[in-house]
Amino acid sequence: MACIGNKTNLKAALSIATSALLGTSVATTSQVQAKDADEWQFDTAYLLYSEVDRVTAGEAIIAGTKTYANDEILNLKFTVDALTGSSANGAVAQPNAQTFTRPSGNGQYVTPAGETPLDDTFQDTRVQLNGQWTQPLVENITGSVGGHFSKEYDYLSLGVNGNLAYDFNKKNSTFSMGLSYFHDIFTPEGGIPKPLSSMLVGDSSSPEWDSEFAKTRVGDSEDKSTADILVGFTQVISRRMITAFNYSYSMVDGYLTDPFKVVSVLNTEGLVQDNIYENRPDSRVKQSTFMQAKYHFDEGMLNMVADVSYRYMWDDWGINSHTIDTRFNIPVGRASYIEPHLRFYQQSAADFFKPFLIEDQSSIDFISADYRIGEMTAVTVGAKYGVVLTGGNELSIRLEYYHQMPTNSGFAEPAALNGLDTAPVVDAIIVQVSYSF
Amino acid sequence: MWLKSNFIKNTMVNKAKKIIIPTLLINLTACANLGVEPWERDLLAKKEMALTSSPVDAALDDHIYFSKEASSGGKSFGGGGCGCN
Repeated sequence: MACIGNKTNLKAALSIATSALLGTSVATTSQVQAKDADEWQFDTAYLLYSEVDRVTAGEAIIAGTKTYANDEILNLKFTVDALTGSSANGAVAQPNAQTFTRPSGNGQYVTPAGETPLDDTFQDTRVQLNGQWTQPLVENITGSVGGHFSKEYDYLSLGVNGNLAYDFNKKNSTFSMGLSYFHDIFTPEGGIPKPLSSMLVGDSSSPEWDSEFAKTRVGDSEDKSTADILVGFTQVISRRMITAFNYSYSMVDGYLTDPFKVVSVLNTEGLVQDNIYENRPDSRVKQSTFMQAKYHFDEGMLNMVADVSYRYMWDDWGINSHTIDTRFNIPVGRASYIEPHLRFYQQSAADFFKPFLIEDQSSIDFISADYRIGEMTAVTVGAKYGVVLTGGNELSIRLEYYHQMPTNSGFAEPAALNGLDTAPVVDAIIVQVSYSF
Repeated sequence: MWLKSNFIKNTMVNKAKKIIIPTLLINLTACANLGVEPWERDLLAKKEMALTSSPVDAALDDHIYFSKEASSGGKSFGGGGCGCN
């Protein structure tokens, strides 16, 4: 039995790099090592993401992986999530109360004086299906193809991907390349707002409201396509260390504006005169480099596994970002572990990001006050505790704290904004329970 | 004269060869030595040593950060897939 177990482990190890590099993170070779061929391995998880005073999301995943005798791997994943709560609409806080029209045009909401305007009608349910087929093509070359479908009330996304991985140097080195293509269709309730047009505010029960609101709309739906190229190289350094290097190039074309976001237009004192719908360019090219190292320490260091990665991303919107992600898997006893996690993220603002617009400024083509494309630092701190139960099933719980700190990237604030929080922090708690069987 | 300069040149070339070739060999050997033999993969075979040790965690994290930050992908495809805000 020990011999069979070792053989399975060895086989799993040989293809670790391959599966990791296939770019899909679904070829869970390591997870199926405890199972015999032709048996399904299931990974399930429920995650609760909750921001203070803002969005709450619940997300459930069930992923099944089946490995066939000839090393073919089928992975199917079903995800469902539900969002509810409030989301920042892009407008700035004011010394007095502000009234906004809901994106659907049905009714309005009032933001009290001094508070960040939040659209409280933010809710959606999403269903997602993923399928991935991975198999050896010829000796040392593994291929993988996959599909993606996700549907929300107002959003449809379809995607395909294909990947090739080549192992060499006794399978200590793996070179891989993957392509993916997504097509998304967005049909927001209330239609697509006319870029840079003024948000209509008034009596939404009046007979003229619908026709006046329609003048701020340019259609019912928009779409976008995303094509990604991912090139990777994995290298086993020693018995205790493995490294990975990726480069990715991503082209997004189509509707990249957020139809729910507006920008405050202020007078020179800083008081809101108008709120206009944002407008972003209709294409974006993102590139990133990613590197990761994992190291298995010896008994003197508790047999800990350190996982450290760094990503540098840049795009033609003027955004660049640094992400450092570290995890330390520390065995506790024979069948459990604790895994502290620390993530640091920093991004610069898009060229067209402005937290507000001052009246009579020169004409603009593109503008967004969405803090998610503004200058920001974010930190995630947390830990996961896992225990292996009888039969090899694993139960784990993860608890994390996510803290976003938007920063002003040099915009002078008019007097009326003094003392108001124009770049509020966002705090969120992440709780996840996982069970693998 | 020619013989002498040629001798010096040859000596220098030989010295350079003596230094460069072993250095190159050591480097090449070091490259070839990166990695392990198949029977040395006991630690690398452990689940926690997989580059993505928990794909489910990774998928959930990707969804969170895709929705809340301007960056996505890098380790795997960034993709489209949701209108989440």
